[in-house]
Amino acid sequence: MANVITITSGKGGVGKTTATANLGTALAQRGCKVAVVDADIGLRNLDVVMGLENRIVYDLVDVVEGQCRLRQALIKDKRLPELYLLPAAQTRDKNAVDPKDMIKLCDQLREDFDFVLIDSPAGIEQGYKNAVAPADQVIVITTPEVSAVRDADRIIGLLESAEKRSPRLVINRLKPSMVKRGDMMDTADVLEILAIELLGIVPEDDSIVVSANRGEPVALNGKTRAGMAFQNIARRLLGDEVPFPEFGDGPGLLGRLWGFVRSKPIDFKARN
Amino acid sequence: MSNTSVVIKGTKDGLSIALDPAVPLGDAANELTGRLTEALSFFQGARVVLDVGPRAMSESDWQRLQEVLSRNRIVLHSVVSEDEVSRQAARAVGLHAAPPPARAGPAHSRGAQAEVYNEGVLIRRTLRSGAAERHTGHVVVLGDLNPGAEVVAGGDVVVWGSLRGVVHAGCMGDQEAVVCALYLAPTQLRLAGLVARPPDREEGRPLGPEMARIRDGAIVVEPWDRAKR
Repeated sequence: MANVITITSGKGGVGKTTATANLGTALAQRGCKVAVVDADIGLRNLDVVMGLENRIVYDLVDVVEGQCRLRQALIKDKRLPELYLLPAAQTRDKNAVDPKDMIKLCDQLREDFDFVLIDSPAGIEQGYKNAVAPADQVIVITTPEVSAVRDADRIIGLLESAEKRSPRLVINRLKPSMVKRGDMMDTADVLEILAIELLGIVPEDDSIVVSANRGEPVALNGKTRAGMAFQNIARRLLGDEVPFPEFGDGPGLLGRLWGFVRSKPIDFKARN
Repeated sequence: MSNTSVVIKGTKDGLSIALDPAVPLGDAANELTGRLTEALSFFQGARVVLDVGPRAMSESDWQRLQEVLSRNRIVLHSVVSEDEVSRQAARAVGLHAAPPPARAGPAHSRGAQAEVYNEGVLIRRTLRSGAAERHTGHVVVLGDLNPGAEVVAGGDVVVWGSLRGVVHAGCMGDQEAVVCALYLAPTQLRLAGLVARPPDREEGRPLGPEMARIRDGAIVVEPWDRAKR
């Protein structure tokens, strides 16, 4: 029986699709049977990142509406025989599917796969609800930026009130050099706010852009920094204890952003 | 707050506004207007019940109060009156009217302002971005109050954790209300009618638990041990 894992973030552009493609790749390299599902209906791009765009005939909405069988819509990866993609529809919108459809769909996928990874759309509306409904586990992804962390916090709050199992966190696009200078939030700063289990840290890496353009997830090449980080996350998902590499925790940024002076009682700027 | 002809309190069903029957309706309506303006943010989206006690109310009296409320964008859920004729008048102007619940007398007979703050809530979780808690009494948060979350309280607010969101204590005008936190670094802090925000310049972190209160008409922050009353 498969583990259904939804990858979500609230904010757009923090790396949900990249993470889904790379974790799917890394898990499949380790011999797991993996289905990656693009739940971003209307704005699909998981297929592009994986280089499978030109093989799409049927999509998720076709399956839900009974236009085709699930097997017909699943696209086999061109490199890894254990990896499959269920693409999103491009010409429909999020309302073409509801949470019940997604649960039913994932129950079908569970029978044939070890892992089902769902790439959630940004936002907290219908598309997000569809993506999270079938999840056994949720991975929240953020970048070390105040706005992304704020949205991640909102998502975690929503998951808590939906009584989902506590989500785990991936911090993406960390720049060690900026952290060392104290110009970027470090891991501790992010965890201080979000206070959930850390699953992985992915450093900023130009090879992500190159690989996305080529349609080859970086995890295929374990020599890149980001590829290595995704391999580590996949191992943690499989239950391995993998130590977190040091990314030079600096003085932190939080104190600067939210601090006050404290030597004697102070007057705040007040207005009536 | 010395006035008691209008008592606002939280019940498990929402907010109740009780008018002292001994005060002329015009005075009570004026005071109500004042109190609503003070505490406007508190009423937004709340379920509000108006309790007039034994006062005899005509259709135009009801309409007068309705007008005061609707000017402040408050929609009444229902009204409570001990007088059947008044209840009929209320129904005639489209209000949902009910007699007072049998077990408790009208709220105004229980009197003073202190009564309003006697109750409090304990929130045993971290309030994350997007969470909003409103209460007429005191609020204690056992956890953090994150940026993007807000607490609005009639009484004091205590956060046993890091306070980084927005807090409004004494939202119905209580100048004595305080805000305490183990780590006080709010986005914005409001006490009664005052608003404060942290200075824009980069500053150091709080060193320990702190308390914010009103002193000489301004919001000040002090270490908790020095803030003993």
